Amino acid sequence: MIDVLSGLLVLAGVGFYLAGSIGLLRLPDLYSRLHALTKADNLGLGLLTAGLALHSQELLTVLKLLLIWLAVLSASAASAHLIARYARRQETKS
Amino acid sequence: MSATNLLVLDGLLVISLVGLAWAALAGSDARRSVILFMAFGLVLAAAWVRLLAPDVALAEAAIGSGLAGALLLAAVQEQPRQPLAARTASNSNPNKPGLSVALQLAVSVLCAALAGTLAWALAHAFNSAPQNALPRAVSSNLEASGVSNPVTAVLLNFRAYDTLLELAVLLTAVLGIFALGPARPGYQAAGPVFDGLARWLVPVLILTAGYLLWVGAHAPGGAFQAGATLAAASVVLRLAGRHQIGLPQGRALRIVMAGGVGTFVLIGLGLLVTGRPFLGYPPAWAGGLILMIESAATLAIAATLVLAFLGGQPRPLAVRVTCGNTSATPGPTGKPASPEGMRGAELRAAEVCNRIPETQKRC
Repeated sequence: MIDVLSGLLVLAGVGFYLAGSIGLLRLPDLYSRLHALTKADNLGLGLLTAGLALHSQELLTVLKLLLIWLAVLSASAASAHLIARYARRQETKS
Repeated sequence: MSATNLLVLDGLLVISLVGLAWAALAGSDARRSVILFMAFGLVLAAAWVRLLAPDVALAEAAIGSGLAGALLLAAVQEQPRQPLAARTASNSNPNKPGLSVALQLAVSVLCAALAGTLAWALAHAFNSAPQNALPRAVSSNLEASGVSNPVTAVLLNFRAYDTLLELAVLLTAVLGIFALGPARPGYQAAGPVFDGLARWLVPVLILTAGYLLWVGAHAPGGAFQAGATLAAASVVLRLAGRHQIGLPQGRALRIVMAGGVGTFVLIGLGLLVTGRPFLGYPPAWAGGLILMIESAATLAIAATLVLAFLGGQPRPLAVRVTCGNTSATPGPTGKPASPEGMRGAELRAAEVCNRIPETQKRC
């Protein structure tokens, strides 16, 4: 039961990564590409860590996975903001 | 996971490594190459994990990808952006058309020769020596080393000489950086988003550095990884526009820089005095001595990496205060009189010297 649930979560996470990668390659401009990327980082990694956490035996591992997810979450949100702001400033400058 | 699955994973890792390396080298845009190089470092770290070398993976991710990437990006930022046409024109000098091709050929031949020699050496080592002699020697002496992580035992005990000389190399490098003159000016104060990230990221990085230093005794970690993480905290602070980035000032900085090699040599000499070989720790003391050396080395490595990122001697804080004060019209305590004046002064100070005294920015 746990195996199935964990597998489904990981698969869903991989789906988000796939969609994010396709979006990065196919979407027309920087802002929509960023939008696609952050989905992969946030939801994709979140689902992936949730799936892996179900598999882990120790609480400490679960906490570590949660910490990794939170760190990536805030780093990706901040860097997406920085990239978008930089691009926007370049646009208004020219 | 089955063996075939792992083989597929390894194959993908190798293909991405070669592809990323090629893309980083072949591109003409320096910034793009640096970002590809950072991605290369991360994939390389994953490859080290697959080779069951988590210590190397940590060091590669922290130093090779993270800090070296930040350093290279800062270097690219410093350089005026050259248009592609100008660069290719300077590459193929019309007066000496054969030179660049000959140079490329020479570099290719040398690289191929180096790769061949390394491959031959590896094959020779695999064929001649009994393969598990060294691991067995390490594990049979691990008890006496004072630590239970075999990598730390080799680095700080069995082959402590090598690590001492590595630290000496780092010290020499940082002396070279000092000779470059004053550091580059800092960055403008970051906006609320990055500042907010830095506020919680920096304490976590410092905590992680302490953890990596401590855990090195019995699990992957150690001075190099801890030093790189500590340096990353300083780099984040600098990127966020702070100028107090945790680096000590003046003499204290020099003591920290020399502290790694200094502690190592002093402990080695102390052991000589007590009649033991240089760096031949008595087993009962080995754990504590190794922790002492690693602590000093962590600080020295962190200082070295931060100074490499700064690209020169850090400017003394006093200069900055003067710089801010000239435009800030401070009150009698050295702080600006009113909040309004403070904001204006902040902006002017940012314009004039690109750095704002910490006391004003806090308000």
